[in-house]
Amino acid sequence: MSIDVATIRKEFPILDREIDGAPLVYLDSGNTSQKPRAVIDAMSTFLEQSYAPINRSSYRLAGEATDAYEGARTAVARLINAPSADEVVFTKNATESMNLIAQAWGRANLSAGDVVLLTEMEHHANIVPWQMLATERGVDIRYVPLTPDGQLDLTNLGQLLDGAKVFSFTAMSNVLGTIPPTAQLCRAAHDAGALAVVDACQYVPHNAADVQAWDADLVAFSSHKMCGPSGIGMLWGRAEILDAMPPFLGGGNMIDTVSLDGFTTAPVPAKFEAGTPPIAEAIGLHAAINFLEGIGLAEIRRHEMDLTRYALDALNDRFADDITIFGPDNVEIRGGVLSFTFRDLHPHDVSQVLDERNVCVRAGHHCAKPLMKTLGVVATTRASLYLYNDEADVDALVEGLAGATDIFGF
Amino acid sequence: MPGLEDLYREIILDHYRTPRNRGELDSPPAIETNGHNPLCGDEITLFLLVDDASKGDAATVSDVKIGGQGCSISQSSASMMSQAVIGKTAGEARALIRRFKSLMSIEGIELQPGDDDIALGDLEALQGVVKFPVRIKCAVLSWNTLADALDRATSEPPASG
Ligand SMILES: Cc1ncc(COP(=O)(O)O)c(C=O)c1O
Repeated sequence: MSIDVATIRKEFPILDREIDGAPLVYLDSGNTSQKPRAVIDAMSTFLEQSYAPINRSSYRLAGEATDAYEGARTAVARLINAPSADEVVFTKNATESMNLIAQAWGRANLSAGDVVLLTEMEHHANIVPWQMLATERGVDIRYVPLTPDGQLDLTNLGQLLDGAKVFSFTAMSNVLGTIPPTAQLCRAAHDAGALAVVDACQYVPHNAADVQAWDADLVAFSSHKMCGPSGIGMLWGRAEILDAMPPFLGGGNMIDTVSLDGFTTAPVPAKFEAGTPPIAEAIGLHAAINFLEGIGLAEIRRHEMDLTRYALDALNDRFADDITIFGPDNVEIRGGVLSFTFRDLHPHDVSQVLDERNVCVRAGHHCAKPLMKTLGVVATTRASLYLYNDEADVDALVEGLAGATDIFGF
Repeated sequence: MPGLEDLYREIILDHYRTPRNRGELDSPPAIETNGHNPLCGDEITLFLLVDDASKGDAATVSDVKIGGQGCSISQSSASMMSQAVIGKTAGEARALIRRFKSLMSIEGIELQPGDDDIALGDLEALQGVVKFPVRIKCAVLSWNTLADALDRATSEPPASG
């Protein structure tokens, strides 16, 4: 069953916005997604009627706010098929979740000479926290290389995993769209005795995720890329792993008791939620999850596969050798992310020309500088698709690129 | 929104398509300086040759070569800059840097007497960049790199701006 994009678009107030009298063509959801009315309303209703501290005060309003906050945790667990909501930790964003993993798990488990395995298509959020640790601890980092069409080259995976304590990889590349075989990679990690960490920041918003089917150990993702507000992110982890990890940030809410001599920690998830969390954001996230589930994650994925196919064909047919689109051509293993180079134009100039037609794309290194180096470019232009995009958006991109030809006079 | 024609003036596109003074110089004697824009990944390598460096501001910029990759704005700006500064004294080049950065509305530039009178020539074409604030960084990348290179070449205290 395909989704009804025209109806879905009506749920996103910003898509009514016109700039200079023309509609918005938003193709930057891989960066951050737009918000449906349901999320905006849930947050303002909560702020108008139910806002109060959570976990701290005993009056009824505070109880209501606490229940609403915990309700969001239950929704997150359901979304990714986690066995228990207690295994879901709220953070600021996926980046903080990755830092939490590297700092809390990493510092407790890694020492000089230990190996961390990453891949060449990681976002900086899954590289730099490990590099920080590597510098401090003398840990070695290895990287799984890529095939020419932007898939993980798993030929030597066994060798790369040999001696590794952790394998941390993205479930969907934010540059190439590549969706690696996550369950297979988790199994390979476990066979080698390594922890399996999944950066699911791009995967969860666009696919039906199942952390149990993956058999992952720790999984990080962000609300703002899945129709929810910015300011809240998630970490899911197996209970026994989270229980064994030391805390990350210290302060209120994460303690059981504190004396002048020291502290003991609260049980997970509170152990990892120091300070006042993003409360209204959790409520907005809950509404976003309900919204996505109402449409169906599998249906959203199907729509994006169709639209990605349409976009790959439209761009390649129109521009042939003038465009190079990175990543696999098979949409079964690729999400709706199209990074490309166009003639010898710099991505900055491409996005500038597209902006004249309100076509919003990202130009740059996409927080993946090592990957840019592997691809042999300094930057790319990236159009990324979501449930509210349709063929007209892709057509606007194609026409915009054709317009660049006129300006730069090829 | 200001039109693209304000940004992509013909002379800018000309320098972009046919960049002047591209290449490398032997270093030493030339000074090699790298600049980059962390936001977009643009990189520039600037080779600066100065005669009589010990004369400080009175030393002469005898050659400039530019390498690296970037967008039309950063590339054309570097190309025009190289043409503008070759043959000038280090002091004149510094004054031109101040003048150009103030044209780009960069804050905190302390113009010195006479700076306003410096002729910009082709560089005037980059004025439209100011209407596209995200692109200002592209236009000034090579100029900041040149400022670094001049400081290193003449080992003087940093020029204001
Ligand atoms: C694959 C991937 N991982 C991690 C992140 C970091 O997410 P955030 O900026 O929300 O922390 C991003 C965001 O671009 C991403 O695409």
